[in-house]
Amino acid sequence: MDIIAKTRDFLNQTGYIARFTGQLFTLAAKPPYEIKEFLSQCYIIGYRSLPLVALTGFIMGLVLTMQLRPSLVYYGVQSQLPVMVGIAIVREIGPVITALIFAGKIGSSIGAELGSMKVTEQIDAMEVSGTNPYKYLVATRVVAGTLMLPVLTMLADAISLFGAYVGVNISAVTNFRLFFMQILKTLEFGDVLPAFIKTFFFGFAVSIVGCYKGYNSNRGTRGVGNSANTAVVLSSVLIFIIDLLAVQITALLGLN
Amino acid sequence: MQQQQPTEIKKSNGKAMIVVKNLCMSFGNNHVLKNFNLRLNSKENLVVLGRSGSGKSVLIKCIIGLLTPDSGEIIVFGNDVGGLSHHELDMLRTEIGFLFQSNALYDSMTVRENLEFPLRRHWFELTQKEVDDMVMEALENVNLGHTAEMMPAELSGGMAKRIALARTMILRPKIILYDEPTTGLDPITAREIEGLILKLHDKYQTSSIIISHDMTCVKNTADRVALLLDGKCYTEGSFEDLKKSEDEHVKQFFE
Repeated sequence: MDIIAKTRDFLNQTGYIARFTGQLFTLAAKPPYEIKEFLSQCYIIGYRSLPLVALTGFIMGLVLTMQLRPSLVYYGVQSQLPVMVGIAIVREIGPVITALIFAGKIGSSIGAELGSMKVTEQIDAMEVSGTNPYKYLVATRVVAGTLMLPVLTMLADAISLFGAYVGVNISAVTNFRLFFMQILKTLEFGDVLPAFIKTFFFGFAVSIVGCYKGYNSNRGTRGVGNSANTAVVLSSVLIFIIDLLAVQITALLGLN
Repeated sequence: MQQQQPTEIKKSNGKAMIVVKNLCMSFGNNHVLKNFNLRLNSKENLVVLGRSGSGKSVLIKCIIGLLTPDSGEIIVFGNDVGGLSHHELDMLRTEIGFLFQSNALYDSMTVRENLEFPLRRHWFELTQKEVDDMVMEALENVNLGHTAEMMPAELSGGMAKRIALARTMILRPKIILYDEPTTGLDPITAREIEGLILKLHDKYQTSSIIISHDMTCVKNTADRVALLLDGKCYTEGSFEDLKKSEDEHVKQFFE
């Protein structure tokens, strides 16, 4: 009986999430569009996340290089260090780590903000004033999150590669131009494009989960905390699932 | 200055602003409203009196469309609320003000932005000066002209209630639904809020449903009182009529 109830609950939840997501393509696609709020969210989600993404990106490149170098020196292939670091960052580490940081910062922030608005009746206040809160609060955040994460990932990749260059120069002097030319010569269309495309899905997943959890928050302040927490956990898991699917699809298309 | 008028919504041409017929609403096995009936007349202050948890707030949330009743009809300006599309309901809501018990001010916006929000979304043709004038008029109505640039967190409970009232009134609604407007306020501030309710009622000729169990508020604001008991409208009449009632259920509210 318990299993039946849990299964029913799970299916109900899945249905609610599907309907919540589906509204984005029905309600929110109709004019009038919330352009001002969308731009405001792009600023908050994109621009304000830049320092954190830049810092973590730089450290990621630096540490990866410093960790890889001894192994490559041992096998006498240290000249391949820029290539290895470049491919690792652009194909996998850059998008996934940036998305996880994005989930921690933006997913939790959206979950807590909307959750707080829900329990203090601000969403109801918006609704009774004749404004569709889904369009104003959810659609703007999801579209902004979906578009901003790819931009942040590109910047994180670039800063991460610079971090890798600094890491290489700690042990040996390397020409800046030579380092980057070696990376760019090795990177192919199949390395860059799938990695770039999957970041849109990461951004969408993080934003919609944060909005769903916040929008359906209840049980007061504890509910707000739970919304923020589960938004991060669920979106982090989704990032890995999407990544797994992206790798399989890329392999099927012969882009690996 | 021109208000965007809903084309689909019928306007009130009779005396009844709101008619509630056989309204039923339940949460699981908790049957809150059972065949509840009510009528709000034009330019009338109707107080719905009842114990905590009796379904008073549920009633006005059904009227504004925040909750969907199990059965029954809610007619506002001749429109059946349950039969309206999203857009039609949004348009109807611009004609109805709702003062939340918790005030529900947008805490990430200043007082000015809180008041501008509904204006910007419905009265598109207003110039910045007209918006500023309307915001200042709304703030002056509640004697809080100096708070425009303050954040909601910086306001006292009474000030927040008055700002919420100003925001409720800014679209010049014809009907206002007050959800326990004096709850949680000290007696002096509560009397100030009652005074504002009456002042704005006279100034804008609104019709109101006031949810309350504060008997001083009921006495000061009600043209008519409806007693909600066991999910039904148990009785209704003027404050003085109900005060004189010998019915045990009615008497317990006035003792």
